[in-house]
Amino acid sequence: MKKKALCLLLACAMTFSLAACGGKGGETSAPAEDRTETEAPAEAGDDTEAPAASGGAVFKVGGIGPTTGGAAVYGMAVQRGAEIAVEEINAAGGINGVQIEFQFQDDEHDPEKSVNAYNTLKDWGMQLLVGSVTSNPCIAVGEKTHEDNLFQLTPSGTAVKCVQYDNAFRMCFSDPNQGLESAKYIGENKLASKVAVIYDSSDPYSAGIYEAFRAEAENQDFEIVTEAKDGAFDASNKTDFSVQVSAAKNAGAELLYMPFYYTEASLVLKECKKQSYAPVFFGVDGMDGILSVENFDTSLAEDLMYMAPFVANSDDEQVKSFVTKYQEQFNEVPNQFAADAYDCIYVLKAAMEEAGVTPDMDASAICDAMKTAMTGITFDGITGKGISWEASGEPNKAPLIVQIKGGEGVAL
Amino acid sequence: MLEFISYLVNGISLGSVYAIIALGYTMVYGIAKMLNFAHGDVIMVGGFVVFSTMSGMGLPPVISVLISIVVCTALGMLIERIAYKPLRKASKLAVLITAIGVSYFLQNVALLIYGSNTKSFTSVVSIDPISLADGAVIISGETIVTIIACIVIMAGLTSFIKYSKSGRAMLAVSEDSGAAQLMGVNVNATIALTFAIGSGLAAVAGVLLCSSYPALTPYTGAMPGIKAFVAAVFGGIGSIPGAFVGGILLGVIEILGKAYISAQLADAIVFAVLVIVLLVKPTGLLGKQIQEKV
Repeated sequence: MKKKALCLLLACAMTFSLAACGGKGGETSAPAEDRTETEAPAEAGDDTEAPAASGGAVFKVGGIGPTTGGAAVYGMAVQRGAEIAVEEINAAGGINGVQIEFQFQDDEHDPEKSVNAYNTLKDWGMQLLVGSVTSNPCIAVGEKTHEDNLFQLTPSGTAVKCVQYDNAFRMCFSDPNQGLESAKYIGENKLASKVAVIYDSSDPYSAGIYEAFRAEAENQDFEIVTEAKDGAFDASNKTDFSVQVSAAKNAGAELLYMPFYYTEASLVLKECKKQSYAPVFFGVDGMDGILSVENFDTSLAEDLMYMAPFVANSDDEQVKSFVTKYQEQFNEVPNQFAADAYDCIYVLKAAMEEAGVTPDMDASAICDAMKTAMTGITFDGITGKGISWEASGEPNKAPLIVQIKGGEGVAL
Repeated sequence: MLEFISYLVNGISLGSVYAIIALGYTMVYGIAKMLNFAHGDVIMVGGFVVFSTMSGMGLPPVISVLISIVVCTALGMLIERIAYKPLRKASKLAVLITAIGVSYFLQNVALLIYGSNTKSFTSVVSIDPISLADGAVIISGETIVTIIACIVIMAGLTSFIKYSKSGRAMLAVSEDSGAAQLMGVNVNATIALTFAIGSGLAAVAGVLLCSSYPALTPYTGAMPGIKAFVAAVFGGIGSIPGAFVGGILLGVIEILGKAYISAQLADAIVFAVLVIVLLVKPTGLLGKQIQEKV
């Protein structure tokens, strides 16, 4: 008897936890008052694409990214940024009068789980995809979207292969592009003649930037003074940076290039202070967010420069409105991932309007229309103005260099 | 030469943290014959408790560390009572899986409470760094405290086990729990005590780890936990001096390997050394070969 009661209890707990997961999946459907009208026809539209005319139909946009696990901070930001954009668009009447339904799935920054999330979204009837957030999962999902010919726009998948097929586009810079641009910037502004690099050799993002940086450095008026093996770290070795920092210090580098994420950067900065080593610090867009590290001693990051597509304290009206909304809802300053995601939804809107797609079209037909429409639009968003896209999926936008002054990021 | 000394000091410091964590693994393995993979996450909890009480509530560092030790000790005993004790008679594999489950549980609870954003940990150590040979060798306050803490813990634990009644009971249970029970040792209480001590040490390790490397996330404890497990196996799992030696050696090999061979191959070097040691001495450096009597 006791056992039975226990079984029942466990079963209850399990159902409850599953239900909780479903809720956390984050479904932002049309505003509440429309819900009852839109939901039923939309569900019918899943299996039978044609009959659901524009009357009650919706565009089903899926999102994939890590909302749990080590990279959760990026996935959460993307989910939140995209949700704000979806709410705004729906409140303003939708895309060509059609509401968007947005569902976000967690992939824990794992390629396999990302493909699972993709399949879940396909079952739900997704027509367009925003994601995946991180590079490796994005490459894996890219294979599937290519097979299915489903339009994919990644807010932050920076690896070259993320957009290797013609159905995939990205909002952010690619890794080589960042490496190239930062080498150019350092060279042209004569920031240093001796440069050391620390990078994460186990992360394609970091390694990709590093390789492009190294290649471009040969054309520039500075020299990389550390060898690859002295500056590398990897996923299982990212707490102690004493050796890498010593190597840079002993090589007499005046500038330390840090193409990796801010969590590790905060450790590197601390280690540099420990060793009384004060070069110019230069990072890439993964550095964005270092000031949001709770309890972080911002004096460590004073004068740190990094490339970023988005500055939260900008005077731009669009940025201000987004930042205010984000802060109201989530009580934190949005990072570039949130901004990229927010722009992604608006890019989808612009391209969908350009292409004149309707909700009764299937994913593949929408994708074909979107491929041409993407190269035809010029987009003004919060991560840049006048952005246009190549057929290869790469955006054309100007990089922005941000420097931390007095605990705040200032655009240079 | 100066460079070498500086690397060596860094290695010993990192190794001391591994050693303190490894003590927790080794004691639990020695006595309960199980691998407590949630140990690394108790470290993380220790870090977060200090973070909350010190940076959040503004308590002095010493008080926060004490609170953290108390919380982790209680947590360790709670985990043992809820997750491991009911499985005492179950297969070893079941307990192992449970431990992994507890580990994920702790990580996800921390994720729920604190979110995924990195927290910067304020060091609890306020000793000025020592600068030797005109700044060529700088030994930070954290390094000094970590090494001293490790030695004190090691000495304290050894004498506790040797001279106190409950310590000797631990030794008895680790050698033969059935016989110990027959001799009137309360096996369950002894195992609970082991978890309490191991988890208390985890809190100390967490504080020291985060003071030296101040990025705190719900996953902070996972990797050092695994490294420390390796250290425990390296030194001979179940042996307390073994955990100490294994931890220090692992830290030193890791740092020196990074510095003189290749930073990319640091882990490969560490594990190559581990494989060689285990090939030559399957029980680890100081592990004892216990004859199974039939």
